[in-house]
Amino acid sequence: MRAVHFCSSCGKVQPPVPVDYFTFFGFPRKLNLDTAALEKEFYVLSRRLHPDVFAQADTRERSWSLEQSSMLNDAYRTLKDPIKRTEYLLRLEGVELEEQSKQATEKARATGELKKQVVPPDLLEEVFELNLHLEELRDQKETGEDDPALLEEIGKAKLSLEEKFEALFNELKTEWNKWDKAVEGGTEEDRHKILDKMLDVLNRRNYVRNLVRDVNEALE
Amino acid sequence: MATDYIVGIDLGTTNSLVAYMQGDSPVVIPGEDGLNLVPSVVALDEKNQIIVGNAARRYLIETPERAVYSIKRLMGRGVEDIQDELKLFPFQLAEDLHEGEVLRIKIGERTYTPPEISALVLRQLKRNAERFFGAPVSQAVITVPAYFNDAQRQATKDAGRIAGLNVLRLVNEPTAASLAYGLEKKKNGIIVVYDLGGGTFDISILKLHDGIFEVIATNGDTHLGGDDIDNLLIAIALDDIRGDLGLGIDVRRSGEAVQRIRQAVIEAKIALSSQPTAKLDVDLPGGKKYQREISLEMFEQVIQPIIDRTVGPCKQALKDAGLKPEQIDEVVLVGGSTRIPKVRRLVQDLFGRVPHTDLNPDEVVALGAAVQANILGGASEITKEMLLLDVTPLSLGIEVAGGVTDKIILRNSTIPASATQYYTTQVDGQTNVAIHVLQGERELARDCRSLARFDLKGVPPMPAGMPRIEVKFLIDANGILRVSAREQRSGQEAEIDVQPSYGLTDEQVENMLLESFDYAEEDFRQRQVIEARREAETILTALAKGKKNQAWQELSNDERRNVETLEKALVAVKDGNNDDYHAIRAGIDALNEATMRLAELMMDTAVSTALKGKAMDSTDLEEGPQAGHPVAKADFE
Repeated sequence: MRAVHFCSSCGKVQPPVPVDYFTFFGFPRKLNLDTAALEKEFYVLSRRLHPDVFAQADTRERSWSLEQSSMLNDAYRTLKDPIKRTEYLLRLEGVELEEQSKQATEKARATGELKKQVVPPDLLEEVFELNLHLEELRDQKETGEDDPALLEEIGKAKLSLEEKFEALFNELKTEWNKWDKAVEGGTEEDRHKILDKMLDVLNRRNYVRNLVRDVNEALE
Repeated sequence: MATDYIVGIDLGTTNSLVAYMQGDSPVVIPGEDGLNLVPSVVALDEKNQIIVGNAARRYLIETPERAVYSIKRLMGRGVEDIQDELKLFPFQLAEDLHEGEVLRIKIGERTYTPPEISALVLRQLKRNAERFFGAPVSQAVITVPAYFNDAQRQATKDAGRIAGLNVLRLVNEPTAASLAYGLEKKKNGIIVVYDLGGGTFDISILKLHDGIFEVIATNGDTHLGGDDIDNLLIAIALDDIRGDLGLGIDVRRSGEAVQRIRQAVIEAKIALSSQPTAKLDVDLPGGKKYQREISLEMFEQVIQPIIDRTVGPCKQALKDAGLKPEQIDEVVLVGGSTRIPKVRRLVQDLFGRVPHTDLNPDEVVALGAAVQANILGGASEITKEMLLLDVTPLSLGIEVAGGVTDKIILRNSTIPASATQYYTTQVDGQTNVAIHVLQGERELARDCRSLARFDLKGVPPMPAGMPRIEVKFLIDANGILRVSAREQRSGQEAEIDVQPSYGLTDEQVENMLLESFDYAEEDFRQRQVIEARREAETILTALAKGKKNQAWQELSNDERRNVETLEKALVAVKDGNNDDYHAIRAGIDALNEATMRLAELMMDTAVSTALKGKAMDSTDLEEGPQAGHPVAKADFE
């Protein structure tokens, strides 16, 4: 059921109640989500909640509208993106994902601190080799050398990583399907297993994404 | 009762405009000189009277130290980040500036902060509108470059307040332009607005969907525009003059000569948009002349590096929007600099389509602001389905350990947007927590723009790590940050002491508002004149009606002659140029007095007509001369 944003008798905007983003839109806590329906609902609610609509209203209504519409925008931004949506659900279910977050990565890069990061075992060999190649490429850049064979190697590795990135997203979607079923009739234990699996897939995906970014930066 | 007009204002680097919604379409309100564009130039004349707009332009040449232009470049900025501007623009900083103080600029013997100077331009626009409506104007929508940061937005809002305007909304310039475009076209699709003005560049990508104008991505450069082109051309001219042994003079230190050259290169730049060559012909001090020809080819070569700087932001915006150029349905050009053919070709190459140029690039932003003003005023039929969903151009972050920026609201998030962060204490009994808020995309705090330092006070004393302080950061629909905080265990509201890194405190704005009462007398007089003229109109209209009534014929010849003499006198004083409201009021009173008997007669006629059972001509009662009588002298505090 959708959270109550308006008074049922007068239709006026109400102060926001703390609800999760799924509830805000009146969606079940499922990961397969009809984004077209989400967008439509976003537009409908925007027309009623946006501060522009309340420019001539009293201070109290204006402040409710501001809070409601910021929540609407925050919720929409989170739910429309499949990865943000998954991460949000994990957090809602009490799973911490700090270690692999973008901020943690950027902080580590900026400060030069070593980030706690586990290389996914299936990537160990590939990553080891790729890092050697990237090192070589950076050295060559400094000396002004040009080695087409090396570039080809790196290009191949990049392609393979991009394929993995795709595959991981598909793997995530498989977990979505399992989750959506488990929400309706699964056991607590089932759900925990799925959440753990999703966290694992997201971590591996982030890892691959960072690698692709490193490769792109080195190639630039 | 006066209608409450809400106007739309484009507060530009070079020119400013005020517009409003006339029926179904937005129109620009001209100034007293009949011109739509009010140059954003402020000068002090010999008697220290403030002159704004076209009239102020001559002071740029005659007494450059008493005039200022392009003040928008300094809005919301600190001394340390305007060093580049100081090299290129003849801004004279006040000598007694202290560190951390808001910039003050010298005009003649006085000093003003950038928001105060902008306020003078806004006040002029406000007056133009009041003159046009014959009624006071106190509410406005003001546009800002989409890429303006929090401090620049706040400074613009402050300028509005100092000018006596309630700023209902700050709207991003390209978005405003899209409103004007969308109102006309009513088409769904993806549009790009490329806005290269006098001092700023913006690129915005929007999705238009059944009246919803949703910004998907925006980018830009708040210090890139036609000014930069002018400066390059001026540099070339100054080099020429210095190198010309025949002239044998160096005019770089002569403010007057530089301003003359500036005017000349601007004219040449404009000419080169429609012809292959342009001539510079400048009178220099000592009766000498500087002349040269600029070819289109040379001009295009010179401006290439400047217009190339727009490419990066365009590509970034496309990338952020997740769109390819071929997915764009229309490209709209805004800003005077987009008249340059080379700029048009660049846009065409970037987006692979011929840009839309039907709209006047100088006026479209103001027109869009008027549309937004109409939406906020409580939707008329034509705008009631329209809604603008804009984004924040820059990511909002807070400084965390190691001087790193932790981004909490990413750029291109639809506003209003919010983020909640939790803080705790590091020492037992600690009651203050300091937070440093930043804006920008860089990873290190020192590379981002410092917005403000907050001190959360009144945290209840507890063991270290025990308090849980919830801090809510909210970017409102103007793109301006608001912060609130609460300690969750005690439920106590933590007090926030906001120390803006750049910008005026509320107190300073209030003081400026008080100072502006120096001009209040002038404003009061203007208002009185407006009101008096309106009343004069009312009574004259009523009299014209009354003269058609039977009662007019019942007056004696003398009475009629007296009324007509007074009528002529009132018309003369009302339409006169001396703005003497006492004279207008006296005229109204005299005419009121003289038409007293006419009003009584008309009333009798109306009553006897009614008694005879005939339909009463109600307009006589409502709009006859007596309509003028109940009008009391307007009270002003």
